[in-house]
Amino acid sequence: MAERLLEVADLSTHFFTHAGVVKAVNGVSFTLDRQETLGIVGESGSGKTVAALSVMRLIPDPPGKIVEGSITLRGRDLRALDEDEMRQVRGNDIAMIFQDPMTSLNPVYKIGDQIAEAVMLHQDKGKDEAWRMAAELLERVGIPDAKNRVKQYPFEFSGGMRQRAMIAMAISCNPDILIADEPTTALDVTIQAQIIEVVQEMQEQYHSGVILITHDLGVVAELADKVMVMYGGRTVEYGSIDQVFYDPHHPYTWGLLGSLPRLDVSEKTRLTPIKGQPPDLILLPAGCPFSGRCVYERPECRDTWPAHELIAEGHGVNCWIPRAEREEIRAELPHFKVEVA
Amino acid sequence: MPDSEYTQSAGTPHGSSDVDEVTDVSAVSELDVIEERAERMAEQELLGAKPLGLWADTWRRLKRNKLALVGLGIIIVFMVVGMVQVIAYPLTDGRGLTPYPPNQQNYDLSPEGRGSPPSVSHPFGTDYMGRDILSRVLVATRISLLVGVIAVAIALVIGLVLGPTSGYYGGAVDSVIMRLADIFFAFPYILFVLLIMTVLGPGFVNVFLAIGILSWASFARLVRGQVLSIKAMEYVEAARAQGASDLRIIFRHVLPNSMAPVYVAIAMAVGGAIVTEAALSFLGIGIQAPDASWGKMIADTLTYLWAGSWWMVLFPSVALTLTVFGFISFGNGLRDATDPKLKE
Repeated sequence: MAERLLEVADLSTHFFTHAGVVKAVNGVSFTLDRQETLGIVGESGSGKTVAALSVMRLIPDPPGKIVEGSITLRGRDLRALDEDEMRQVRGNDIAMIFQDPMTSLNPVYKIGDQIAEAVMLHQDKGKDEAWRMAAELLERVGIPDAKNRVKQYPFEFSGGMRQRAMIAMAISCNPDILIADEPTTALDVTIQAQIIEVVQEMQEQYHSGVILITHDLGVVAELADKVMVMYGGRTVEYGSIDQVFYDPHHPYTWGLLGSLPRLDVSEKTRLTPIKGQPPDLILLPAGCPFSGRCVYERPECRDTWPAHELIAEGHGVNCWIPRAEREEIRAELPHFKVEVA
Repeated sequence: MPDSEYTQSAGTPHGSSDVDEVTDVSAVSELDVIEERAERMAEQELLGAKPLGLWADTWRRLKRNKLALVGLGIIIVFMVVGMVQVIAYPLTDGRGLTPYPPNQQNYDLSPEGRGSPPSVSHPFGTDYMGRDILSRVLVATRISLLVGVIAVAIALVIGLVLGPTSGYYGGAVDSVIMRLADIFFAFPYILFVLLIMTVLGPGFVNVFLAIGILSWASFARLVRGQVLSIKAMEYVEAARAQGASDLRIIFRHVLPNSMAPVYVAIAMAVGGAIVTEAALSFLGIGIQAPDASWGKMIADTLTYLWAGSWWMVLFPSVALTLTVFGFISFGNGLRDATDPKLKE
C-alpha cells in the first residue's frame, strides 16, 4: 500500500459576493497516494480548479472562504496552518502547474531567474547554485541546450517549452504533490502529448502524487489512475479509470462519454450533446446540481442530494436512479450499445 | 491584391485617369510597406536576428516620430545645461556658469530703466536693472531641473507606495487611498498649491514639497490600475503557488510589469512641475528675489512689455515653453511608441 499523501474530506468552498453566495465546491472528498494520479474532470465552473486551489489555500479571501471540511497533507491539517507556515507548504510540498504557459511566466525575468527563485524560496541555496539547478531542471524536462536557454526570456520560448519550464519550476523543490490545472489545454495536440509524457516522467523520478485537472477525458485516460467527475461543485461519480470509463453510473458521466467521438466505432453514430447549460452556482438546487439538465430526472432529484452509493471497491456514485434501472438505461444508450454488441 | 486591381482597371478600359492614379498610389505605398519591412528585418538581423525587446522596439517606433525626437533633443540640451548649472552653483558661490554674474546690477546698461535690447555683448539683452538676461535664463535652468526632478521624485515615491498597496490589497485599503486621491484631484490644482505654499511659506525647498505632495495622486491612480490588471495574471498566481510572500510578489512580479506607462507619466509630470514652479514664482510665492527663475523673470518684467522692452519677457518665455514642449512631445511620443494598440 502506497503512502497516503493527501486526504480531503467534505470540502466546501464558497464565494461571498454581493450577488449572493457562489457555492463553488460542496462537500467534495478525495484522497491521493504517493505516485498516484487523480484526474478531476468536469466542465467549466464545475469547481475543479477551486477544489485544487482550496488544497493550496490559494482561494482569494475575500470573497472566497473554505467553509467546511478537512485537508490533511501527510497527517498535517492544512486548514490549521497560518499564512507563513502555508507559504512553506506551497511550492515545497505542493506545487502547481497552470493552464496557460504563455501567461504563467513573468515576461520581465529570464527563465533561469524564475526557476532559481522557486529554488531559493524553499532551499538554502545561493544564487549561483540555484541557477545551476535551474539549468539542470530545464534539461531534465527535455529542453535542449538548457545551459544557454536558461538565460533567455519567456518570449523566446515556444508554448510547449514554457510549459516545460513551468514543470521544471514546479518540481524544483521535489514536491509531494503536483497539481496540474489543465496543463495541456492551451497547447496543440502534438505538444500536449509531449507535456503529458514529461509529467509522467517527472512523477516517476520524484515519486510525486499528481492531481490532474482537465475537461479532456482523453488526457485523463492517458495519465490518471483514478478519476473524479465533478458537476456544479459536487462529486457525482468517482472511481478508477476502468470503472468510470467502462462502467459509468451517473447520467452526467454518460453525457460526458457520449459527447466524445470514438475511433473504435466504424458505423456512423451521432455524438450526443448534453442539452442545456451548467447551473448558476448561486442558485444551485438543493438536490442534485445536474437535475434540470438530466434526461432521467425524478421528483426527488431537485430537492435532496442523493446518498453516496458504493458500486465497487473505490467506485462510488451519487444518483437517485436505482442501480438496476441505471444499468438498463445505460444499455440502451447508443454510445454504450456498441460496446455491448 | 494587385490581381484584383489589375482586373478592375482592365474591366474599365475607358476609365478615368483617376483610377490609374489611385492604383499607382497604392502600389507605391505597398512598395513602401515592403521596403519598410525589409528595413525592419535588416535591423533585426543586425541585432542578432532576435525578436526585439520592449525597449528596442519602443526606440524603433519612437525614432520615426520626428516631434518626439525634437522633444528628446530639447530635453537633452535642457538636462546638460541644467546639470552644468547645478554643479557650478555651489562651486561659484551662486553665480553659475554664466557669461556675467546673473544678479549683478548695472544701471549703465539700463538707460531710462528699460534695459538694453539684444546686442553682441548681451545676446538676450539686459533687464530693467541692467542684469544680463542670458545669464539669468541659464542660471534659472538649475531651478527648473531641480523642480522637475525632485518634485516628481517625491510624487513618484508616494505614488509608488500607495498605488500598489491600493491595487494589490483592494478592499478597505483601496477605498481609503483612492478617496484620498480623489480629494487631491477635486481641488483646483493651483489653489491647492497656493494653500500648501501658504502653510509651508515661500522658498526653494517648499516649492518641491508642494508640487511633489500634490502630484502623487495621478501616479498612485495610474499604478493602481496597472497593478489591478497585473495581479490577475497567471504568473502572479504561479508565484503565490510557489510560496512567494506578498512583498516579493509586489516588488518582483507586479511592479516591474506595471512601469511602462509610468515612464510616460514621468516625462509629462516633469513638464508639468516646471510649469507649476513658473506659475508659483510668477505669483510671487515660489523662488524669491534676487534668484532667477523663468516664471519670476516673466512676472518681474511683464510690465516693461508695454514700454517696448520685449526681450525681457521673450527669452525666459521661450526657454520655459521649449522645455515644457520638449517634455510633453517626448512623453506623447513615448506613449504612442509603447501603446500595443498602435503596433503594426
